Amino acid sequence: MTKLIKSGAYAQDAYAPVDDDAALPDGAIIVSLARFQKDREALLTRNTPLGIRLQSHETPETLGEDVHHFALVALEFPKFRDGRAFSWARMLRTRLDFTGEIRAVGDFLYDQVNYQHRVGFDAWEVPDNFTIEMFNRALSEMSSVYQPSADGKKTIRELRAGR
Amino acid sequence: MSEVTPNMYRYDEFDAEFVAERTAQFSEQVKRRLSGDLTEDQFKPLRLMNGLYLQLHAYMLRVAVPYGTLSSRQMRMLAHIARKYDRGYGHFTTRQNIQYNWPKLVDVPAILADLASVEMHAIQTSGNCIRNVTADHFAGAAADEIEDPRPLAEIVRQWSSLHPEFVFLPRKFKIAVSGAPNDRAALAYHDMAVEIVKNAEGLTGYKVFVGGGMGRTPYIAQVISDFVEKHDILAFMEAVLRVYNQQGRRDNIYKARIKILTNALGIEEMRRQVEREFVEIKTRGALQVPQEELDRITAYFAAPTFEALTDEMPDAGPDFANWVKSNVSQHRAPGYAIATITLKTPGQVPGDASADQMDTIADLMDRFSLGEVRVSHEQNLVLPHVRKRDLPAIYAKLKELDFASANAGLITDIIACPGLDYCDLANARSIPIAQRIAKKFEDLERQQAIGELKIKISGCINACGHHHAGHIGILGVDKKGVEFYQLLLGGSGAQDASIGEIMGPGFGEDEIADAVERVVEVYLAQRKPDERFLDTYRRIGMAPFKDAAFQKEAA
Repeated sequence: MTKLIKSGAYAQDAYAPVDDDAALPDGAIIVSLARFQKDREALLTRNTPLGIRLQSHETPETLGEDVHHFALVALEFPKFRDGRAFSWARMLRTRLDFTGEIRAVGDFLYDQVNYQHRVGFDAWEVPDNFTIEMFNRALSEMSSVYQPSADGKKTIRELRAGR
Repeated sequence: MSEVTPNMYRYDEFDAEFVAERTAQFSEQVKRRLSGDLTEDQFKPLRLMNGLYLQLHAYMLRVAVPYGTLSSRQMRMLAHIARKYDRGYGHFTTRQNIQYNWPKLVDVPAILADLASVEMHAIQTSGNCIRNVTADHFAGAAADEIEDPRPLAEIVRQWSSLHPEFVFLPRKFKIAVSGAPNDRAALAYHDMAVEIVKNAEGLTGYKVFVGGGMGRTPYIAQVISDFVEKHDILAFMEAVLRVYNQQGRRDNIYKARIKILTNALGIEEMRRQVEREFVEIKTRGALQVPQEELDRITAYFAAPTFEALTDEMPDAGPDFANWVKSNVSQHRAPGYAIATITLKTPGQVPGDASADQMDTIADLMDRFSLGEVRVSHEQNLVLPHVRKRDLPAIYAKLKELDFASANAGLITDIIACPGLDYCDLANARSIPIAQRIAKKFEDLERQQAIGELKIKISGCINACGHHHAGHIGILGVDKKGVEFYQLLLGGSGAQDASIGEIMGPGFGEDEIADAVERVVEVYLAQRKPDERFLDTYRRIGMAPFKDAAFQKEAA
């Protein structure tokens, strides 16, 4: 079983994942890129929150302007070693100006949560034994950072300049 | 002897806190591994990101020596660690780092804390991330330099430290920088490399290369930008890394480096994609390197105040003169010199130094080299700022240390990876081959007659011993359970970079040194006056060397 962490707390997952060949239920849903491309018109005219789940080889740039119709982009980690989603999240935030939820799903480690947070993830699908305490600790292990990213955190260079 | 503080980067409170927190974080990861909370599979990428390998017999810890620059205080700490946690020695590597071959996992947090106390760490010395940045080991001292590359290297070090987007790359990523036209940093063999250049308007900036590398598919790096302005360099690097992180192959570890991507896309397409990212990152502006920051970091590396000295070389006998001839290089200031300490005394393990030797070298650094030493990618140490009149005293001390071989750049100044003696990737031993060849050519007169000849030995195709870049390269292979050694000729890691050509089938452990000798004989017979081995090879080609090398077997 998994749980959802959002805004530093466990959250109810409002979205229902929909298989590629299943009928579209009412309410908030998450579809694959293939499903979106197949049923684009129908999906974009719905009045309920729409989410998309991208596999690690699928760049969000494929979505083009459609990206702004989504309330959620779930980025998949097929293996924790596959770091492509770090770039996808960063691009969603800083190139595509995506302001919706970016959710980490799949196989990732506690030790990656802080990096994910920095590049723009704001929701995590975690195993049951992943506590909020662990989550908060993951984000607080390193106080300051050397490089700007999507989290807008002040860099060490900026802190030096402002000292 | 009082400790001298050299002109090099010093941590401020932010750097110190960063390393302290990183040490605490990694110590926690070690604890989770020891308690079984993390599986070895999960722990592996975490420990690798902090320089910890699992070798054949034990863990190996690789400590970062950023751009090869060490203070005497740091050198003494390296000696202390060797003594306290290891078997009394350390191994200087081809990436200007030092590695310890026998630390216990439980001791690693304590070692990292000791390192942090002298502003050192093991961050990103391995793993699929941006590795420790390397630089010309003569930086700030060389006569041919446009600008000291170390301020840029330090800026890159900081930017790349725990970069959230690039810690799970397809494969490792190595960056080198040089500020001189004579390439002593092997730029052509790096994933990305920067050469400091002046453009037509006289402006200093950066020429950037990508896609070089060794391993089983060697490539020479190609120019991706002729000129990147100074304040844009991090934006440009981030653009390169982003293209690589998105598109580098992840299905095959041997095809995952940026060299493969660069050659699959072609340099034109690679450039187009990088430019696109670059323009966007640049426009957003967050990654600009402001002039104040550049100035602040550059100030740490300010040239020392050199005394006004006359420029003559002291006379201290023929042995000393021989050592000066090969191991002393021209310094930018009159009366000063750059002295190379080769860790290659024939019969020794290339790159190894004992704790006592390290301590004595630290004393030499304080007394004679403004507290500073450099680690070179040729596994030697370099005293960068030495008064010529002090050279005889230095030489005398090195003799006591058994580090006084007058062989820098000569045939016994051999690069070798740890090989099958330590490494679980290796197919064959490298160290005993290096020792045999060095013994065979031990006679200094003979070495000098042969002249510049770089032998580089790797114990497997991963090429940690840089065999592709050796004038003579040796590659250890496993042939039905027996160690075999292939010869390569004509490689170079300098500004005339080239990839060595494989001669053909290999030689046995007992034959390889003789084969090298026969190759050298061909050179001696065929060379024109003042022609280096490499140039003779380039002029006459493989055939005569190959005929000679295999002659004995054919007979």
